[in-house]
Amino acid sequence: MQTFYTDVLVIGAGLAGERAAIEAGQAGFSTICLSLVPARRSHSSAAQGGMQAALGNSAMGEGDCPDVHFEDTVKGSDWGCDQEVARLFADAAPIEMRRLAHWGVPWNRVVPGRSKYFKGGKEFEKVEKDENRGLITARAFGGTAKWRTCYVSDGTGHSVLFTVDNRCAQLGVEVHDKTEAIALIHDGDTCYGAVVRCLKTGELRVYLAKATMIATGGFGRIYPNTTNAVVCDGGGHVAALNTGVVPMGNMEAVQFHPTGIVPTDILVTEGCRGDGGTLLDVNEERFMHIYEPEKAELASRDVVSRWMTHHIREGKGVKSPYGDHLWLDIRHLGEKHITGKLREVYEICTGFLGINPIYQLIPVRPTQHYSMGGVRTNKDGAAYGLKGLFSAGEAACWDMHGFNRLGGNSLAETVVAGGIVGRKIVEYVRGAEVSFNSVVIDDAVARERSRINGLISGTHGRENVYKVRAAMQDSLNRGANIFRNDADLTACVQELQEVLHRARRVGLASDGLGANPELSAALKIEGQVKMALMVAYGALQRTESRGSHNREDYTARNDRDWLKRTLAYWRSEGDELPTLEYEPATTVFEIPPGYRGYGKMDIIPMDGQEAGAADQSGAKTGQADQDDTDPAEAKGDE
Amino acid sequence: MARLLKFNIFRYNPQNPESVPHMDEFVLEETDSMTLFIALNRIREEKDSSLQFDFCCRAGICGSCGMVINGRPGLACHTKTKDLPSEITLLPLPVFQLVGDLSVDTGSWFREMYNKVESWIHTNKEFDPAAEEERMENEVAEAIYELDRCVECGCCVSACGTARLRDDFLGAVSLNRVARFVIDPRDERTDKEYYEIIGNDEGIFGCMGLLACEDVCPKHLPLQEQLAFLRRKMGITAIKNLFSRKSCK
Repeated sequence: MQTFYTDVLVIGAGLAGERAAIEAGQAGFSTICLSLVPARRSHSSAAQGGMQAALGNSAMGEGDCPDVHFEDTVKGSDWGCDQEVARLFADAAPIEMRRLAHWGVPWNRVVPGRSKYFKGGKEFEKVEKDENRGLITARAFGGTAKWRTCYVSDGTGHSVLFTVDNRCAQLGVEVHDKTEAIALIHDGDTCYGAVVRCLKTGELRVYLAKATMIATGGFGRIYPNTTNAVVCDGGGHVAALNTGVVPMGNMEAVQFHPTGIVPTDILVTEGCRGDGGTLLDVNEERFMHIYEPEKAELASRDVVSRWMTHHIREGKGVKSPYGDHLWLDIRHLGEKHITGKLREVYEICTGFLGINPIYQLIPVRPTQHYSMGGVRTNKDGAAYGLKGLFSAGEAACWDMHGFNRLGGNSLAETVVAGGIVGRKIVEYVRGAEVSFNSVVIDDAVARERSRINGLISGTHGRENVYKVRAAMQDSLNRGANIFRNDADLTACVQELQEVLHRARRVGLASDGLGANPELSAALKIEGQVKMALMVAYGALQRTESRGSHNREDYTARNDRDWLKRTLAYWRSEGDELPTLEYEPATTVFEIPPGYRGYGKMDIIPMDGQEAGAADQSGAKTGQADQDDTDPAEAKGDE
Repeated sequence: MARLLKFNIFRYNPQNPESVPHMDEFVLEETDSMTLFIALNRIREEKDSSLQFDFCCRAGICGSCGMVINGRPGLACHTKTKDLPSEITLLPLPVFQLVGDLSVDTGSWFREMYNKVESWIHTNKEFDPAAEEERMENEVAEAIYELDRCVECGCCVSACGTARLRDDFLGAVSLNRVARFVIDPRDERTDKEYYEIIGNDEGIFGCMGLLACEDVCPKHLPLQEQLAFLRRKMGITAIKNLFSRKSCK
């Protein structure tokens, strides 16, 4: 068996992983990134919209600074984030954008003079200053006080990933693509690397490292309808939770993006609304301004998604063979804008829907989009539970997003956190000497071999992995969606426990030879169901509504009892449920909990906080708090 | 009544000693808005779970799913079955090493390419975290992005006459990459340095001008224009090299 030794092993070669790898490479450490796909195909490449950073160069961004960005982020998170982390992020983001420019990202730049822009379907004019000519410009995204989202047309993630991967190639950072880490090698105290399956040959390999990082992105594929790429299946999380000692943070915090297209759930960017697109109902009338007079279509994603679902429930959706949906209207932005700054959107509509968005409406519905939860780390990106294990990006719960992330904040997080955590890994590796115990390594390999043989020979049964996966997705979709309640979540947890039993009896229908795709699916299905249970059980226990977690039976945000983060462990392999623990959401308060400024919400204040302090005027809807008025936080599109 | 689609799919698993290259036939009933992404996943989940193919974003953005569709390289995810006849033949992309069935190893080919053309900004400037970013005209940024839109799917290489004849030909994707750096003011390389990389038969002078690359590019990159631009530029550089060599003597 091939064994690779490296100073730093990064699982996942998207933006967070490669950005961290660059830090290690620059410091002179040998670094290998593993990736299911060639690095540039990682899901970071699909992020269209942009990266939030308070550069304040554009006319509509004037007066912006990290403090304002920090405040938007905390409000967006519904006070669920770690404020120390949000601060680290907001302060570092502008520098990171400039660094990326230095490495070659072709950011769109300020063009001086008058230009038109749209908000809520109406046309306005702005004047860009001559003295800012050629500096990095920004566009509007939801949930932000200023235009702050730096962008490269609508291919920001793609362009930044190409630049960052170029930098990796320059530094000699190795990328071993078509490989999958199926287990971490650890002794319950320290992580030593991973057991890896080659997806070209099916052979097992061992990678040993002083520091290992999980940067495998989100896990949207445990839902049936998601904007996420096929590779966002939670494989890295499964490896972490199977250690029994590494907790997942806030798994119940799942974001639904307002504009997935129907039927394929491909995302069209929040940039559509940021640039002035509107949402229409069955009567082709706008409705968001009724619910959110100030921010309208540009309220935060959780808020817009909830109002859309609410509006559909009111019977205002458009009927289709794929279920009810609403319309996204960008026709008024004009051909030049649509085929220029929104070209990917144009291509998706014409290529996948056969619709021309210059003249036609785009069918959209809220779709699973982002996982705020993930491998819980401290502010240095070090995972709880195992020394030498780190995580960053969507895979991690670092936790700057709390219960809702703003558009443009996740793509920015990948590179900002990747840089910060990468530097911490360098510090760690500088100080660390590791002894590798061959017994621990051999045991880990033997366990994986035995799992593979069991699946091929059907030792535990012949359940079909694709059917089990569909059952998991269906259950989660019904029980842990945009609106949640006790009865549905209880049923969901019970169903998932049955699905877990089926997952334990999966066996292959095919021979399992080589890079067999059925074996790849089968190796992670049990872990995926465990993750689904962490989502559903965490959501059931959290008897409040916060950000994207919206309980119909507990409509208030409860700062008295729930200003805390869920930590979900899968302590013992045979357990039937995760073990939940809790920790304070934040130990540092720059901004005490209050009203977000959008989303009608009932708030039960923290002890010692005046009841009125967190009150917001305005009608309570009792179920959906949605008056987020901020311009939509466009997040997912990136 | 929906059409019945007949898929003829190339099969070979190099890891199975008993496997020999052959074609397998699968029949599916067509559904609304069906793409090859939907069809291939249904075949894998319902008919043959060992079928290998590559998808990632399934939205035409990542470039994973290049394959030869009824004789023409293209991205499977954005190929709608309603645009195809009822008999559909799928083959893996040529040029790249086969992993199995429709899956090929593009990753190794492209990483080698990055090193050949040194696919990164060459600059002696150090990044200064405290300084304002260097200014750039928006038009320049947009022109760079236009070429940066390449998704490295490999279709242009698979459709290239020269690449099929000689393994060491860089192909349109690599030449487009070079053009991207040529127009980027941050890259300090001179024409002479670019000439060292592409001023030969493996590079720009190997191109026979058949231009299938542009025909099949799913991102509609202006490859013909870039090839012409580089050929002109490198031609002039070659002449200048000739004179400067003479003047040295």
